[in-house]
Amino acid sequence: MKHNLYMMPFLAVLITLIVVLPNAVQASEAPLNYFLHSYGPAARPTMYLGWVLAGLSVVICIIISLLLLTALIRKRSRSDPYSIDREGGGLLWIYIGTGISTIILFGLVIYASMILNQVAKPPQTPALTVTVTGYDWWWKVEYEHDDPAQHIITANELHIPVGLPVLIKLKSADVIHAFWVPKLAGKTQMIPGLVNQQWIQADVSGVYTGQCVQFCGAGHAHMGFEVIAKSPQEFEDWQDAQRKTAMPGFETSEDPGYKVFMDQCAGCHAIRGTEAAGTHGPDLTHLNSRRKIAAGLLTNTPGHLKKWIMNAQELKPGSRMPNFALSDHEIAALMLFLSNLD
Amino acid sequence: MAISDKKHNLPDNRLERVPEYGCAPTGSTAQMRLADTWECNPGWRGWFSTVDHKTIGLRYLVTAFIFLLIGGIEALIMRAQLSLPDQTLLTPEQYNQLFTMHGITMIFLYALPILSGFSNYLWPLLLGSRDMAFPRLNALSYWIFLFAGVFMYASFPLGQAPNAGWFNYVPFSGPVYNTGPNIDVFALGMVLLGISTTVGAVNFIVTLFKMRAPGMTINRVPILVWGTLTASVANLITIPAVSLAFLLLWLDRQVGTQFFDVANGGKPLLWQHLFWIFGHPWVYAIVLPAMGIVSDALPTFCRRPLVGYTAVALATMATMMFGFVVWVHHMFATGLPTVSLSIFGAASMAISIPSAVAVFAWIATIWLGRPVFKTPFLFFAGFVILFVIGGLSGVMVAAVSLNWQLNETYFIVAHLHYVLLGINVFPVIGGIYYWFPKFTGRMMNEKLGKWSFWVMFVGFNAAFFPMHIAGLLGMPRRIYTYSSHMGWDSVNMITSIGSFIFAIGILIFLVNVMISLKRGVLAGSNPWDAATLEWSISSPPPAYNFAVIPVIASRHPLWENRLNESSERSSLSEGYLLTTGHETIGTSPIDAKPQVILKMPGDSYTPFFAGLFVSLLFVGLLFHWWTFTGVMTAACCVTLILWMWPRQSLVQRAVSNAGHSSQNNSEKI
Repeated sequence: MKHNLYMMPFLAVLITLIVVLPNAVQASEAPLNYFLHSYGPAARPTMYLGWVLAGLSVVICIIISLLLLTALIRKRSRSDPYSIDREGGGLLWIYIGTGISTIILFGLVIYASMILNQVAKPPQTPALTVTVTGYDWWWKVEYEHDDPAQHIITANELHIPVGLPVLIKLKSADVIHAFWVPKLAGKTQMIPGLVNQQWIQADVSGVYTGQCVQFCGAGHAHMGFEVIAKSPQEFEDWQDAQRKTAMPGFETSEDPGYKVFMDQCAGCHAIRGTEAAGTHGPDLTHLNSRRKIAAGLLTNTPGHLKKWIMNAQELKPGSRMPNFALSDHEIAALMLFLSNLD
Repeated sequence: MAISDKKHNLPDNRLERVPEYGCAPTGSTAQMRLADTWECNPGWRGWFSTVDHKTIGLRYLVTAFIFLLIGGIEALIMRAQLSLPDQTLLTPEQYNQLFTMHGITMIFLYALPILSGFSNYLWPLLLGSRDMAFPRLNALSYWIFLFAGVFMYASFPLGQAPNAGWFNYVPFSGPVYNTGPNIDVFALGMVLLGISTTVGAVNFIVTLFKMRAPGMTINRVPILVWGTLTASVANLITIPAVSLAFLLLWLDRQVGTQFFDVANGGKPLLWQHLFWIFGHPWVYAIVLPAMGIVSDALPTFCRRPLVGYTAVALATMATMMFGFVVWVHHMFATGLPTVSLSIFGAASMAISIPSAVAVFAWIATIWLGRPVFKTPFLFFAGFVILFVIGGLSGVMVAAVSLNWQLNETYFIVAHLHYVLLGINVFPVIGGIYYWFPKFTGRMMNEKLGKWSFWVMFVGFNAAFFPMHIAGLLGMPRRIYTYSSHMGWDSVNMITSIGSFIFAIGILIFLVNVMISLKRGVLAGSNPWDAATLEWSISSPPPAYNFAVIPVIASRHPLWENRLNESSERSSLSEGYLLTTGHETIGTSPIDAKPQVILKMPGDSYTPFFAGLFVSLLFVGLLFHWWTFTGVMTAACCVTLILWMWPRQSLVQRAVSNAGHSSQNNSEKI
């Protein structure tokens, strides 16, 4: 009976492993898996720190478990169950155990401080400053420039050049959010009334998923974004494209799609180069250049876009984007209009 | 010293008395007189007016356990929602209310109150006293806790429960982004509950320093007492911060102040500081007494005293000292300067040193002892390993830059559940198994007990260990759903299955309680052959606890003959009789020398009505019924005046120096 009982935890671990392993591959590819993957100097030292601490924790946990198990089941000479052992003794356990723990912890404090020092500041002055503002429940991204005409506004997408540190200024328009691209850096809260900052750097080009990690209300689960790292040349090209206003002249008051947009959408959304100048929702000037819509929820295809316009509340409950009851005619015209926003 | 002041004012010696010293065996007239004096009125009158610490303690235990079950059901609903990706069982709003109420319920309405239940029931029994220092305050503390719990749940059925998390960050919980009554209920409820916690804390502190049996010097009190003492001191210091925070928030929401209003210069970070200055010491307040339960009960099953009593007692207090300087580790990602972060990070790592002392003391006690594998022991031994896992993940989280990754992910959820379930729930269930015979006079069923432990232990680890992995895979907390391509499917499925297994374990425990209440084997006074004073009296204890107030000579009064560590012996059957009304003995704070005959109040309705009126006052504030609020304030004042009304019978008596020969230490003051 006793032996059966001791086997149970091991059995549970075994079953868990059998269930988990086939999924481990899928899990290691998880887009936010910062424990196994890091792609920049703001994240990599922390990843190693995580490995050291996790490894140490597992080792210590095994040692303590073995000590405890041995203490439980070790053979004892038979004695009168009524007797009571003396109080003294055993203090050596506390001295040695606490002594070793203290030494390890002291080492960890120093090691953790060194890592903190490494990741707190970029090794060189950041090449670029981007301002990200958290909204319920999306991200406004601004690339400032001395010349206001060169100013870029986009949403839910940060484009950065590979291999260069980028300073991110973090603001909030409403409640507290937190900016987190785990494979590139740790998180920082975006607090109304404050401008926080952090830096990221991607050493490999690619797409890095980000997520709001400070509870911010109904849309918290669906407040994602992406960081797209590309070569400096591609980045320059992207900036040039984004600086353009919407194609001049394609919008006319006769265009039925434009009319629908101005009636229904322009209160919240802006398209630079037109009269649409709403600021509550994402700037849509270069909508079709984006990979995703609805703060990372859907890939940016015409089908998804249409679904989003008609059924935002089902896709992202509580979203500030209402469901629009448009006639077939209106939605077709609006979709045609939006398809021009390259 | 109050008593010497009194002597100056009243020079006559009518207030001096030699307490009788002797025996009061079962059936003696002295014992019958005690029963007459201390037993409360039968029926509903007794029910509302009792100030018996044992009744109040059991009420705390039962009420808090019901809150545990409610919070658990909320958790199971959330786990059902999260078991598969893209589920639509719950809307985000429902999910947000559920996780908020789950947190509020577990942290405020279960975790501390259940420990208050143990301490209320056990303290006078452990310390050899007939009641807590302030019996009526004790009753008030319970009633307000009950009413505050009901108050905080009042808006739940309307779908308007608090929904901003138990941490309730502004501005999301402020008037602009949260317009319903949700947060007002939480804010006022917390201020109300703060009154209960505060008066409870005062009661524990005074009880420890004034109510110990003669001879129970400060280094002879059980560790549970140390745990509850440190927790109470911490509560007394930190509750004002959280009550203030919630009051300011309520003023912002209802009166138009701008403490947290960014547009008018308010500071959201102020909330985080006020909340966590309270919140982190509170975390220790809800584990230290539970650690005390283990430190006291584990040795019984190891057939030897705890290894390193002094070290563990000091570690308990050291933990709390560190506990006051680690709150910023909840705020590492708020943009504070890195220098201050590294200091708070170092403190957060150092806090595990006193924990290491306790862990090695427990392991050494088991190692050097001869373990008896009864159900409570399984819970305490299992607790040690959960404590270690929770502690180690705590050290990981204390490293600042790693915290920037781990914080607000499921890693934290795993860590905090290992800490709070591991260090609170496991000792609590073990403690109920252990003291159930004292509470009810009957043993709990061993077979069901062992089943409940193993099912809970396996379910717990299956539920919460995978959460570490989910956190490392980047799963944020407080999301109501997730998409399949995030790679979190299997860990969530395992967690959900584990949580239901854990719930089955709790269910087995409840069935065991129900069966054992009716059919448990009769326990006798000391079924575990334990060492402390509560086991020297019958199970369940008589209303007056101790027929004679014992005189204590060691830490282990019931093991003295076998330990044979000194020639001194505690005197349990012979002691102070004190049969003239509600009386017990008051002793000096450190050496426990008899100082005063404390005249204790009897049953009273005032605590119930004071609690009721102050709670209704908060209801008035919630609904803006200002006249009603005014009337309730007046009613509170009247009740308190009746409560405080001077009574001849409550005038304390100094202990005269003509004490018994074994009490040659007792002195006249």
